[in-house]
Amino acid sequence: MEIKAIYYLIPSLIMFCCGLYGFLTRRNMIAMLISLELMLNAVDMNFVIFNRFLFPEQLEGMMFTLFAIAIAAAETAVAIAIIINVYRSVNQVDVRTLNQMKF
Amino acid sequence: MDYSQFLAMKQEIGLLVVFLLVFLYDTFMPRSTQKGLPAFASIAMLLLTVAGCLGCCLCSCSDVVAFGGMYETSPVISAIKNILNIGVVIVLIQSIKWANGEFMTMRRGEFYELLLVTLFGMYLMISARHFLVFVIGLESASLPLAAMVAFDKNRYESHEAAVKYILTAVFSSAIFMMGLSFVYALAGSLYFENIYGALFVSSTSTMLVIAIAFVIAGIGFKLSLVPFHLWTADVYQGAPTSVTSYLSVISKGATAFAFLVVMAQVFGSLYAQVWEWMLYALIILTITVGNLFAIRQRNMKRFLAFSSISQAGYIMLGVIAYNTLGMAAMMFYILVYIFSNLGAFGVIGAIENASGKVSMDDYRGLYKTNPRLAFTMMLAMFSLAGIPPFAGFFSKFFIFTGALQGASVAIYVLVLIALINTIVSLYYYLLVVKAMFISDDECVIAPFRSSCSERLGMWIALFGIMFLGLLSPVYDSLIDLSSLSSIGMYFIR
Repeated sequence: MEIKAIYYLIPSLIMFCCGLYGFLTRRNMIAMLISLELMLNAVDMNFVIFNRFLFPEQLEGMMFTLFAIAIAAAETAVAIAIIINVYRSVNQVDVRTLNQMKF
Repeated sequence: MDYSQFLAMKQEIGLLVVFLLVFLYDTFMPRSTQKGLPAFASIAMLLLTVAGCLGCCLCSCSDVVAFGGMYETSPVISAIKNILNIGVVIVLIQSIKWANGEFMTMRRGEFYELLLVTLFGMYLMISARHFLVFVIGLESASLPLAAMVAFDKNRYESHEAAVKYILTAVFSSAIFMMGLSFVYALAGSLYFENIYGALFVSSTSTMLVIAIAFVIAGIGFKLSLVPFHLWTADVYQGAPTSVTSYLSVISKGATAFAFLVVMAQVFGSLYAQVWEWMLYALIILTITVGNLFAIRQRNMKRFLAFSSISQAGYIMLGVIAYNTLGMAAMMFYILVYIFSNLGAFGVIGAIENASGKVSMDDYRGLYKTNPRLAFTMMLAMFSLAGIPPFAGFFSKFFIFTGALQGASVAIYVLVLIALINTIVSLYYYLLVVKAMFISDDECVIAPFRSSCSERLGMWIALFGIMFLGLLSPVYDSLIDLSSLSSIGMYFIR
């Protein structure tokens, strides 16, 4: 049986929406970061699927995915470092505590 | 492989050399000479700027496409890079005092290295002709900036600002890349040229509209267009003043130009069908909301954050104008905005370094204690508001002229709204001037003498504010460059 592109695209869409939902609703910074990773991974999956099923003669999407994975890793590293800094200064990773500056 | 292609990347390589020199100085020079690092970095950057400007004026370099079409440079692109360089030199000069403070002893080098790396990312973003290069540029422009925002480890606000910045930055780049994946699915390539060709012949689909909306949203976060602006005020307030000034002028200017390039070279054929009205709504919201929120701010950095949001709306008028005149006006606007905003930030930074005060209430009666700083601030505010003899008036005038070339009723309405908003902005810029000059209160900021570097930075900014509008060759040469540029070919309605 041949598996069509749509069976891959639906999980990736679900991942993206879960990430979006998680980012908007979770209050723990680490959980927000995990949600962001979900979104970025959904993007990677999308690129691979489109490359494999629509344009198999070139590898542009795959190449983009490789770089996107590296970029996502760098983003996580910086974000984690910043979150650790926050934890050291307020002993919390809850975004609701970060409300000192507002208008 | 043809290695002579690297010669096309003169400016990038020059910047890398500056970066390496700063890195080597930071690593290998003895501790006693480390205090010279900020001055060293400023001078190296100044030399790069002068070399870039001379190279731009003297040799008539043509458009070069290198690395299989992934990278492009042309006179107009070198010009915008030089404009950014000028801004960076002023930021570096203004940050010397702060970088030589006691707290910075261990971290001085990192600040300059991160700053130069972000500038490199912005260069790539402007020159990219393939979305892979563009995304790498975008990320290397925004990730080190998050580390720079978190620089003041002793201040809690700095951490809060950094968290807000990094989470929104990653979120926006995820949205942006999702849009790119849709574009890839529709066009089958990530080269700007191929996407343009594929979209030119295809009909507009829902997926394409969603893709363009995602791309605009992703870049809109970086540009802090309303409704993607919520991080701006907090980050500007929390970050160290030098980083705030860098973020507000250089990062914004580079992203604005890259946005124009992407919209013209990739989605140019869909201007009227798809993205004109999106941008139209964004500009109206950005200018109006930025202005209305700026009125109620009491913290100077927050106030300038909202003012910079509304200025971003004016810069976007150059994109929606969608002609070479608009492009030249946008570059001129960015140049003038660099000088005016850095003049204001120079004063804020000097006062913060000397007394730690950033509230507008503390500025009451500043004229009596520090007349020169008050005067500099007044001129910067006049320029930002667009009062005639100063450069801000001319930049606003040119950008409105560029937009009005569109000659449709919708554009006339847009420019009218922008004009009305200029009057609103006059009110809150003059609030600062009123607090400094008219208020009778005793000023809490004691008289002080700002350091030599801070004064030099403010003098350069003042020079730009006073004379940039009157020196017509600057704007004329920008018009010439943009009318000859290959980007101009894409401006078809």
